[in-house]
Amino acid sequence: MDTGQLLRAQGISKSFPGVQALSKVDFTLRRGEIHALMGENGAGKSTLIKALTGVYEKDAGMVWMNGREIHPKSPLQAQDMGISTVYQEVNLCPNLTVAENIFIGRYPRKRMLIDWETMNRRSQELLERLDLYIDVKQSLSSYSVAVQQMVAIARAVDISNGVLILDEPTSSLDTNEVKQLFAVMRKLRNEGLGIIFVTHFLDQVYEITDRITVLRNGKLVGEFETEQLPRTQLVSHMIGREWNPDDAAGSKQARKGENQPFVIAKGLAKRGSIEPIDLTIHRGEVLGLAGLLGSGRTEVAKLIFGIDKPDEGEFTIDNAMMSSMYPRKAIQQGFGFTPEDRKVAGIVGELSIRENIVLALQAREGLFKALSVRKQKEIADHYIQLLRIKTPSSEQKIENLSGGNQQKVILARWLATQPKLLILDEPTRGIDVGSKLEIRKLILELAGQGISVLFISAELEEMVQCCDRVVVLRDKNPIGELAGADMTEDRIMHMIAEGGLTHDQTGGIGA
Amino acid sequence: MKSLYGRISHNNIIIFATLLLLVLLYGAGSFQYTGFFSQQVFLNLFIDNAYLIIVATGMAFVIISGGIDLSVASIVALVSMVAGSLFQQGANAFVVILASLAIGVLFGLGHGYLIARFKLHPWIVTLAGMFLARGISYLISTESIVISNSFFNEVSQYKIRLFGDGFISISVVIALVVVVAAILGAKYTAFGRAIYALGGSEKSSMLMGLPVERTIVSVYALSGFMSALGGVVFTFYTLSGYSLHLLGMEMDAIAACVIGGILLTGGFGYLIGPMLGVICTGIIQTLIMFQGTLSSWWTKIAIGFLLFLFMAIQRLIVMQKDRGATKSARRKPAATLQNQPKSVNKIGNL
Repeated sequence: MDTGQLLRAQGISKSFPGVQALSKVDFTLRRGEIHALMGENGAGKSTLIKALTGVYEKDAGMVWMNGREIHPKSPLQAQDMGISTVYQEVNLCPNLTVAENIFIGRYPRKRMLIDWETMNRRSQELLERLDLYIDVKQSLSSYSVAVQQMVAIARAVDISNGVLILDEPTSSLDTNEVKQLFAVMRKLRNEGLGIIFVTHFLDQVYEITDRITVLRNGKLVGEFETEQLPRTQLVSHMIGREWNPDDAAGSKQARKGENQPFVIAKGLAKRGSIEPIDLTIHRGEVLGLAGLLGSGRTEVAKLIFGIDKPDEGEFTIDNAMMSSMYPRKAIQQGFGFTPEDRKVAGIVGELSIRENIVLALQAREGLFKALSVRKQKEIADHYIQLLRIKTPSSEQKIENLSGGNQQKVILARWLATQPKLLILDEPTRGIDVGSKLEIRKLILELAGQGISVLFISAELEEMVQCCDRVVVLRDKNPIGELAGADMTEDRIMHMIAEGGLTHDQTGGIGA
Repeated sequence: MKSLYGRISHNNIIIFATLLLLVLLYGAGSFQYTGFFSQQVFLNLFIDNAYLIIVATGMAFVIISGGIDLSVASIVALVSMVAGSLFQQGANAFVVILASLAIGVLFGLGHGYLIARFKLHPWIVTLAGMFLARGISYLISTESIVISNSFFNEVSQYKIRLFGDGFISISVVIALVVVVAAILGAKYTAFGRAIYALGGSEKSSMLMGLPVERTIVSVYALSGFMSALGGVVFTFYTLSGYSLHLLGMEMDAIAACVIGGILLTGGFGYLIGPMLGVICTGIIQTLIMFQGTLSSWWTKIAIGFLLFLFMAIQRLIVMQKDRGATKSARRKPAATLQNQPKSVNKIGNL
């Protein structure tokens, strides 16, 4: 066995009912390296980590650590074997002191009793090794999330015996805090630790990692030296190359004369989720938001629909200044929102198609103006026909429909409210090709009728096909805008990978 | 560690508030009524409330762990009944005390097991335990039983002389030993710290490898034990068993915890607190007694107001802490980062 190899996994497979989450994935972590695990959502990154740390039992495959085969059955066992994991959310006790959080469960003792002095001293030393100079006797909650994350890492490092897994540790940190974390990671790498680093941020991958393993759809795409893999290629590895702009389902109709702005956002921002962004959505326009997952696409949509409250910025609808937004108000203003995860935030599975369709309309009308069942049926049948929803009747439970048809029901829900702006967050994710095309066609038709659409999709082909303009986001920053002939998949991908380029002036990669 | 004691911080300010209240109340009483400021009036606060100090201290552990124990008062009543009826059968005092403590521990173990194993809510489980214990005491007898055991009589009458002519009872010594043991146990044993961790976040405790279920069972067993010990001490005090003893006392215990700075949301509080809380309510009672014309219900009214006040103060402190957290967030990492301004620039150019 290669001496540099610290952790080696071979042929890892894992399936869940109906999904092959991982199939025959190999992974190698060397001593003293930072190894990025990349892939779009659902690519199998977390499943791989959970299989390695014993949260899931793997269906097939073997894992070696330091040349010895291991079978961790729980995170705790993995910890004992020297693999410790820091998750996205901090899993510590905020009410205890910093020192306690590092040593809980393995207190230093003196005459049977906990030796606080030793504990505090050793915590201090441990944190100083990570360049963190804080009072370890204070409770954890008196420090920022970044410091808490650092304490979690300190605990993990102290427990770990060689392998440290950081699962999206930077998503709640700001630029400076990320810097600090990276300094620590470099230090640990130089001390010989092997670090697996999961992140969606390309900049961070190129700044800190030595090698990259890319997963797609549960399969290994490859392992690359970071320095030798251009960003564009990394992105295309991640999203796959199946996107050939060949099918011409629907075409952009000439929508002139409708050039009046409908929604204008100026400097809309929320700390930790999106840096200031300017957006103008015209009537009858399809505006796209492009970017990798975590680039702030969904966050922008949530700000506009009023689900999240912005920290700063101005927001006008039809030239009327909005002092605050919340979903009810958004609906009254004629907004509709189909969320990213329709299973969780979109459909009400137990209800029928009819009930799901009239939900938003009823909500806008208020609770006291009940729509008669006959009227509801009329509406439902109308949209079932219009959107070609495949179902025996409007009384079918929505959870029995296929993904594409569920998506259409949600679209119908908002269409029933006669919206002026539809926000569609990944409306085509996880549905089959035929339905995808139909939904795209529908979007174009709606725009033709003068409805504005804010369209979010990971599929660039779809964006180029549907959108009049595309705003590109990266690492929570708007980095530029493309329209007309400039708007090609390659250009968008380039911008996502390389940053603003020709749009440098707009690209405040806000440090 | 010395600096911890000397400093008023967010963590101990509520204890200082309680102490201040104690001094104010006692000062007001001394100013108003002659004879209030005497050693024995002060010592009587402990003598009359020794059982409550013990029960409230047990309750504090449960609350810190994020739970609640509503059965404590019923267990005190049950213990007094069991003691009474065992003595009627001619049992030995030692056996009676052991049996009492065993009953408390068994109740606590049962509560803890149900809560930990079946993920039941502690309110419901201990409410059931409360009915059960009270019901069993009715079953033993609906009449009050007088206890005439010589050992119990002796303990009850025994006065430990302090300087001057002040004295305390053996019960007070037991209560103080319990409080000291609780303070040390909470701070210096793994069990004590696990209780705090549990109250902070059960999920995190599990992920950090703490024996969560065992801790839950143990903490309720501890509370059961303390209730039973409180019951024995209460029996020393009243020398009677009665199934209607101390109806609603569990709320007094909870109130004492809250006034003593134990956060009802769990995870926070000092074990000296419940005793201070008990003494506070004791002083209010004494004040109303000295006043003479007010009905004893005024004690409840005063305690009600105090509870509102203290919960508001606690909430304010927590809110301030949250605000402080974001402040330190910006200050602390920035300070270390100033050493490496170059790298900060680099990311700007990327």
